[in-house]
Amino acid sequence: MSSHSYEESIKLVYKGMWLLAAVTLIEVFFSLLGKGHIIAGWEDNYIVGYSTAFIIAVLSIYKAYFIIYEFMHMRYEAKGMAMSVLLPTGLLIWAVIAFFQEGNSWKERNDKVDNMDNGKFEQMAPKKESFNAKDTKVIDKF
Amino acid sequence: MATDTLDHSVDHDGHHNETTDWNGGNEPWRASYGKLMMWYFLVSDAFTFAGFLIAYGTLRVMSPSWPVPDSVFSTAPFNNLGLGHDVPLPLIFVTFMSFLLILSSVTMVRAVQEGHRENKDGVAFWMFLTIIGGAGFLGCQAWEWSNLIWTENMTMTDNPFGTHTEKGVYLNADGTESTDVFKPGQGYLLHMAAGGAHHGDGHEGPHYETTPGDYAGYSVDNGGFVLKKYKVTEGENAGKVMSESRGPRAFGGLFFFITGFHGFHVFSGVVFLIIIMLNVMSGVYEKRKNGYEMVEKIGLYWHFVDLVWVFVFLVFYLL
Repeated sequence: MSSHSYEESIKLVYKGMWLLAAVTLIEVFFSLLGKGHIIAGWEDNYIVGYSTAFIIAVLSIYKAYFIIYEFMHMRYEAKGMAMSVLLPTGLLIWAVIAFFQEGNSWKERNDKVDNMDNGKFEQMAPKKESFNAKDTKVIDKF
Repeated sequence: MATDTLDHSVDHDGHHNETTDWNGGNEPWRASYGKLMMWYFLVSDAFTFAGFLIAYGTLRVMSPSWPVPDSVFSTAPFNNLGLGHDVPLPLIFVTFMSFLLILSSVTMVRAVQEGHRENKDGVAFWMFLTIIGGAGFLGCQAWEWSNLIWTENMTMTDNPFGTHTEKGVYLNADGTESTDVFKPGQGYLLHMAAGGAHHGDGHEGPHYETTPGDYAGYSVDNGGFVLKKYKVTEGENAGKVMSESRGPRAFGGLFFFITGFHGFHVFSGVVFLIIIMLNVMSGVYEKRKNGYEMVEKIGLYWHFVDLVWVFVFLVFYLL
C-alpha cells in the first residue's frame, strides 16, 4: 500500500478524477479540431490531422498510465510483478506497427488492382516495358 | 534435493529457507495468489481487446474510405428532446459516457480505500455508487446501439455510413442539379426510402419511390436504401454523374462486436460488483480480516474495463 495517510489518498483520488476528466475533454477538443468542427477548413489540412491524432494518442496513453499506476496501484507493487504484467503487454506496440504497415500494403495492392481494372496499369509500373495487355489476362486466371 | 545448496546460502537472511518457501502461504512479489491471477487474467484480456482494435485499425488503414466517426456518432438522446435531429452533436454523448466510467472508477478506488480501513459501510456505499455508474454506462450504450440499429439502419453486415472521396454536388430527386455540395472526406448516411418520416433528416425532404430501381436523381437498392446521385465537380471523374454507395461493410460488425465485447465486460463487472457488495453487507469479508481483498480484486477488473474504454474511445471515436 501507499505511504500516504488516509486523507492524503482521498485527495489524490479526486485529483485523479479531475485530471482524467480534463484530459478526456482536451482529447475531444483536439479530435473536433482535427475534424474541422472548431475552425472550419482545418479538416483538409493533413498536418493538422496527423498532429491532432498524435496528440490524442499520447494523451490516451497518459490516461492508461495513470489508471494503471494510480487507480490499480501498480506504482506500489513489487517491481518484478509490475514488469511481468507490463513487458508482455508492451509487445503489442510492435503488433500495432506491424499490422498498420500490413494494412497499408494491402491498400497499395488494392489500388494497384483497381488501376489495372481501369486499364491504367502501365502508368503504375513504367519500368516493365515488355508488359502488355496479354499479361494481364494471365493474371486474371488466378 | 538439487536446491539444497542454494537454499542454505540464503538461510542466514533469516526469512528465506526451504520450509517457508515451499510449504505454501508465501506471497512472491508481495501479492496474493488471487490478486496475481487477476492481473494475469487482465493481461490476457488486454491481448484479446488489442487483437480486435488492431484488426479495426488494419481494416481502416487498408480501406479507401472509412465512415467519419464524428458524423456517425453525432446523435444524443437529448437531440429528440427539443434540439431537433438536424443539430449535430459530434462525440458529445460518448464523452458523457466516458465521464460516467471515469466516475465509477473513482468511486471504486474509494471503495478499496475504505476496505483497507475495514470500514464495512463505506465499502458498501462506494460500491453501490460504482454499480450505478456502470449501469448508467450500459444504459447509454443501449441507447447508442438502438439508435444505430433502428434509426440509422446499421447492422452487422450493412453499413449505411459512407464517405465521399471526391468533390461534387448532389442532384435533386428530379435529376436537376442542387446547391448541396460536398468535398472529399465528408461523411453521409443513407436513408431508407420507406422510412423517410422515421428519421429526422428525411421528414422534410423529397418523397422517394419505395420500389427498388433507378430514378432521375437517385436509385433505390434492394435493401431499400436511397442512393442519391451526384455530379463530380473536380478530378479525373469531373462531370460524371455518380451514385452514393454503402460504406465499408466491416464497420458495423467491428463496431457492434468490439463495443459489445466491452459492454459485456461492463455487464459482468456490474454483476460481480453486486454479488460482492451483497457479500460485503452480510459481513463475509469482514470475517476474513484481510482488508477486503476481494473488493480490491474486483476493483482491478473494474479499472481494467475503464482502461479498455480509453482505447475503444480513442480508436472508434476520437481518431
